Amino acid sequence: MQIIKVDNLVKRFGNITAVDDISFEVEEGTIFGFLGPNGAGKTTTISILCTLLAPTSGRAYLNGHDCNTQSPEVRKSIGIVFQDSSLDKDLTARENLLFHAYLYNVEKSERMKRVEDALKFVDLYERADDLVKKFSGGMKRRLEVARGLIHRPKVLFLDEPTLGLDPQSRTNLWEFIIELPRKHNVTIFMTTHYMEEAEVCDKIAIIDKGKIIASGTPRELKKIIGGDIIYLKTDDNNKAMEDIRKLLDVEVSEKDGEIYLSSLKGDVCIPKIIREIGERVLSVRMQRPTLNDVFLKLTGKEIRPETATAEDTIKEAVRSYRRRHGRG
Amino acid sequence: MVEANAVYVIVMREFKKFIRERSRLFSTIARPLLWLFLVGGGMSRLVPRGDSVSYMQFIFPGILGMTILFSSIFSSISIIWDKEFGFMKEILVAPVSRFSVVIGKAISGMILSTTQAAIVLVLFPFLGLKLGIFQIIQIIIFCAVLSFAIAAFGILLATFYESYESFSVIMNFIVMPMFFLSGAMYPVKLLPDILKIFAKINPLTYGIDALKNVIFPFETGNMSPDFPLLTDVSVIIVSAIIFVLIAGKFFERKG
Repeated sequence: MQIIKVDNLVKRFGNITAVDDISFEVEEGTIFGFLGPNGAGKTTTISILCTLLAPTSGRAYLNGHDCNTQSPEVRKSIGIVFQDSSLDKDLTARENLLFHAYLYNVEKSERMKRVEDALKFVDLYERADDLVKKFSGGMKRRLEVARGLIHRPKVLFLDEPTLGLDPQSRTNLWEFIIELPRKHNVTIFMTTHYMEEAEVCDKIAIIDKGKIIASGTPRELKKIIGGDIIYLKTDDNNKAMEDIRKLLDVEVSEKDGEIYLSSLKGDVCIPKIIREIGERVLSVRMQRPTLNDVFLKLTGKEIRPETATAEDTIKEAVRSYRRRHGRG
Repeated sequence: MVEANAVYVIVMREFKKFIRERSRLFSTIARPLLWLFLVGGGMSRLVPRGDSVSYMQFIFPGILGMTILFSSIFSSISIIWDKEFGFMKEILVAPVSRFSVVIGKAISGMILSTTQAAIVLVLFPFLGLKLGIFQIIQIIIFCAVLSFAIAAFGILLATFYESYESFSVIMNFIVMPMFFLSGAMYPVKLLPDILKIFAKINPLTYGIDALKNVIFPFETGNMSPDFPLLTDVSVIIVSAIIFVLIAGKFFERKG
């Protein structure tokens, strides 16, 4: 079943088109990844799906409800972990979850149990009665995921869930996220600009400048690249290129003192080359295509993580300064 | 539509946070005491007694009004903090009507302010005032209605501001003038005509006047209440309803 269906969605802010006529569908019980650089329109799309923004045109349906006109039904079906923390830092972990349970009208008999289960699930049971302001970034993010699941949503939105986390917390959070569809019977809709994170998705849509430029499983997307890339260093590159062209009838190029060629089956191709010109080869390496290569090929640029403009950096610094000093 | 659970939990949150921040309770009680005893005490040497009340007694309803004004506005302005720190998003994506959020915030302001006003009210015997139990009950009820109206007004203000830089703007250009033009420190009837207009469109004026009507009903002359009690009460109730409706409407906006 299609749990999310988006048809020709457009969102303009003044004369800036943040989301430019996108359409996609998400299968229930899967992990769907929205991959793209900052400012590509990922968060805007999530905001429309979460009923926080009205689209300029087009439609979005979630669990069969129109995200623009049936907000209450949509809101009941979704849980969200925003890019910036939306916890109340002056309340304890337990209080934050209880607040959520009341807000989503979880039945009285269920409330306490669900909160306790959620705390155990994200391994924060021991810290349940500590104020959230004492938590680390990873703990806060886990608590937010737990909170998003309290009311048993159909879809859990994760907007850049690992942004700003250290590598270890990131890995932990991931191990935990990929379990969610099976354990909680929930569909995951996530955005990220980390390629390696997108690899775990069942399906990915690559978005750039408000448009979806490719979509499919990670494997399908990598086929766009045309297979593995083999790099060779030889004592005479020109001669080696000539020989390989004759041998395999493929395109061979040279870059930075290495010759490279692409092949659908790199692991079979390498022995062939070695048998022919083996004594002249100085080194061999093979690269499997990554989503980064896909993005590079499609847009001609790389997704650089943490591409913040100078202005963003200053804004964030000012904000965190204020937060630290708790100034009102 | 108002969801009881949502209103309840929004009120509980404010309550818990208030209890944890003892300094806030201290400062909201300290401010009225400073005004009452330092400003009132000094001014009463300058201002002649009315026929039954002294200046200190005259400003007592105004000081109750001030307690409510600051505490209710402060409580509502926390919405701006919630926006700044992201918590407001948690509330906005929840399946509850914006109206419940406004009602919940207004009731929080009402309970916190009325409690603080009641603490200040305990001082009345030290000012030589005599109040019966019926008067005290009336005062508490009027304080509650006034708190609700002012809190709703604060929420309306908060919907227009995104960051807490605006807090000092609100304090200096809205809250302080509201206080000075409310008949708290000097009777509305003595104000110049132009300022009288501002006093008359200020809901706080009617709240404080209602308290004057209850605390010294028989005073005549300059220090007497400015309006009949019925007018005061009607104006506060009507403005409370209007502020809640408008605030709810503005909260509903989608980008």
